[in-house]
Amino acid sequence: MSDTTDGQVLTTQDGKPLKAALANALRREKLRSLMLIAPLLIFVLITFVAPIADMLFRSVENGIVADTLPKTVVVLKEWDSGSGETPDEEVYAALYDDLVVAVDNKTHTRLGSRLNYEESGISSLFRKTGRRIKRMDEAGPFKDQFLAADKKWGDVETWQVLQRYSPRLTPGYFLNSFDAHQTAEGIELKPADQRIYMFLFGRTLFLSIVITVSCLLLGYPIAYLLAALPLRTSNLLMILVLLPFWTSLLVRTSAWKVLLQQQGVINDFLVWTGLIGDASRLVMINNQTGTIIAMTHILLPFMILPLYSVMKTISPSYVRAAKSLGANDWTAFWRVYFPQSVPGIGAGAVLVFILSIGYYITPELVGGTSGIFISNRIAYHISSSLNWGLAAALGTLLLVAVLMLFIVYDRIVGIDNVKLG
Amino acid sequence: MANTRGAAVMYDSVQKSYDGETLVVKNLNLDIPPGEFLTMLGPSGSGKTTCLMMLAGFEPATHGEIYLNDRPINNVPPHKRGIGMVFQNYALFPHMTVAENLAFPLQVRNVSKAEQAEKVQRALDMVELGSFGNRRPAQLSGGQQQRVAVARALVFDPELVLMDEPLGALDKQLREQMQYEIKHIHENLGVTVVYVTHDQTEALTMSDRVAVFNDGVIQQLSTPDDLYEDPQNSFVAQFIGENNKLNGKVIAIDGEECLVELGDGTQLKADKVNVSAVGDMTTLSLRPERVEFDTNDAMDNLVNGRIEELIYLGDHIRVRMNVAGNDEFIVKVRNRGEKRKLHVGETVQVGWALDDCKALDAVV
Repeated sequence: MSDTTDGQVLTTQDGKPLKAALANALRREKLRSLMLIAPLLIFVLITFVAPIADMLFRSVENGIVADTLPKTVVVLKEWDSGSGETPDEEVYAALYDDLVVAVDNKTHTRLGSRLNYEESGISSLFRKTGRRIKRMDEAGPFKDQFLAADKKWGDVETWQVLQRYSPRLTPGYFLNSFDAHQTAEGIELKPADQRIYMFLFGRTLFLSIVITVSCLLLGYPIAYLLAALPLRTSNLLMILVLLPFWTSLLVRTSAWKVLLQQQGVINDFLVWTGLIGDASRLVMINNQTGTIIAMTHILLPFMILPLYSVMKTISPSYVRAAKSLGANDWTAFWRVYFPQSVPGIGAGAVLVFILSIGYYITPELVGGTSGIFISNRIAYHISSSLNWGLAAALGTLLLVAVLMLFIVYDRIVGIDNVKLG
Repeated sequence: MANTRGAAVMYDSVQKSYDGETLVVKNLNLDIPPGEFLTMLGPSGSGKTTCLMMLAGFEPATHGEIYLNDRPINNVPPHKRGIGMVFQNYALFPHMTVAENLAFPLQVRNVSKAEQAEKVQRALDMVELGSFGNRRPAQLSGGQQQRVAVARALVFDPELVLMDEPLGALDKQLREQMQYEIKHIHENLGVTVVYVTHDQTEALTMSDRVAVFNDGVIQQLSTPDDLYEDPQNSFVAQFIGENNKLNGKVIAIDGEECLVELGDGTQLKADKVNVSAVGDMTTLSLRPERVEFDTNDAMDNLVNGRIEELIYLGDHIRVRMNVAGNDEFIVKVRNRGEKRKLHVGETVQVGWALDDCKALDAVV
């Protein structure tokens, strides 16, 4: 330091400034490490970050109305939706112009299905109108011709929906995810019999908590045993713990089907022992019970492994010390051993909970209707109903929920307390 | 021990085996009077820690009985024995503060909060850590952790405290300081202490008596000075302090004395400690500092040796010599200013008294 206080710049032997030489030397290092990770970085960006970002954007994206009906959207902006009257002739004329183009491009049916998510019946309205549009008189007046094609063009609600979903961004999918929708009066909850997503989110959270807790209850004693046993024995037991890991998920889930179904192994055994009657066989599959049992089994290693790695580091001398100080077995465990194993519980619980909250395949196979998760609904919208916007909104909500739980967890337990091995 | 409040411990023919094939502790009989500082000293694997763990209750005795104040304790679980223990790595609970660590034994004994606070403070003051109560063990240095561990083992006023190599993790200087502190605490409190170590200096510094363990057997049980001055066998002689070995054969016995002939024909007089008859093979044990260069004819043993190496160590000079065919013969000469110059390669006469040369069992 004293060298630089004189105002002199430290130099290398051949007179270059020392700092520049240092930066130069380090830059090469940095460049090399960047090149080493570059393939993975590019791979992750292309296959993971970009698709997710695109998917998340779909949850608010709504360009289809403005793209298909560009003129109508502009003139419809002037219409007062609260007036109770249908728009002017000018709007119908614009709609005619737009639809002629749309029918040529066959995009009007896609717009119909999109708006059908918001108001059922619009899909058929567009299809029907599309068939009639060629026969309409180009000179107008258009309003009467549209009303003749379908009376719905005279309904204020149809135009309200069209106006509401004109902007390129929409909160509609998210509202839908919250079982709400936009009406002329503003945002309100859907009728009770149409609310589904909040209930599904609630069930997903509840079942994930149940699964996490049962994994903890089953995994803690096993991890404790593994950590306490001599290495040779514990290695053997560890293989048994890991064995399910090396078996296909599908095979394990199907095995549970064989075991749990009403004509399955467990029920047959119970009937054979006379514990239950043949008529009152237990329903353990295609419901929540099935989901909980199968998922607890599948996620158990994710609880045991972090627990084990933490317990392994707890020296047996702590418990001995506690006993020598006068604590009985339970007190020594509860006051000395257990608090030191909490980081393992935290890690295991976070791992199991986050895995189970987004689990798809097991609830799909053994969950029936009462045991399915929100992820099954997302998959349905992705592959069956093709309502990708809604799927994206539900996925975003799931992501946000997990992140929020993560933050809460960090506040309470502290993420740096988590040891994954 | 005027202020003794310690407990008496007795091992009665205790044996211990882990695998049913070998005995780790072979027929241990040991009486520890109240208030004594007894050290179990031995190399690793000698059975000393096992003996301590049996006393603490963490290992069951395979055979025999251990008595605490004349009460058999084999079937008493560890937490009811009321024995304080200091562990090798302190085993301070990392999730509790120092004060909580100290309060732990009091809490499980249902001591009132006020009394807890008072006793914790007194124990902290005793180890001079009065203001450290709110720290976590990880925030303390090794020496401070060590003191907390000692304080925790003493805070509930046990009559017996066990220490399992408690100073092993400390550096040399701190270890010496802690030796004195533990010794003083023992003197002030008068509790019985059973201390396990493999460090002979520790054992000699602190103990009233030392039990030297080897191979599951107590080789010698005596005071530190007896152990050094009068080793009963070759193991003890070599384990405690530095020692010159000279192998030979007993050719004559005269009361407490015997005459030993070494391999090269040199005959030496020795104190007959662990040989029984003429013709026995024996190993003579001789402390390096008892060998004199200033010889006179009155000395019992006089031999010539060649100086092989001189090592200057400040307060003394180590001379490695070849004596009677043994070139590992060490002589320590006190540095008293220059009196007599020694040179490598020089042949000089050295001598020592009969009592300093012990005829012990032969080692190969």
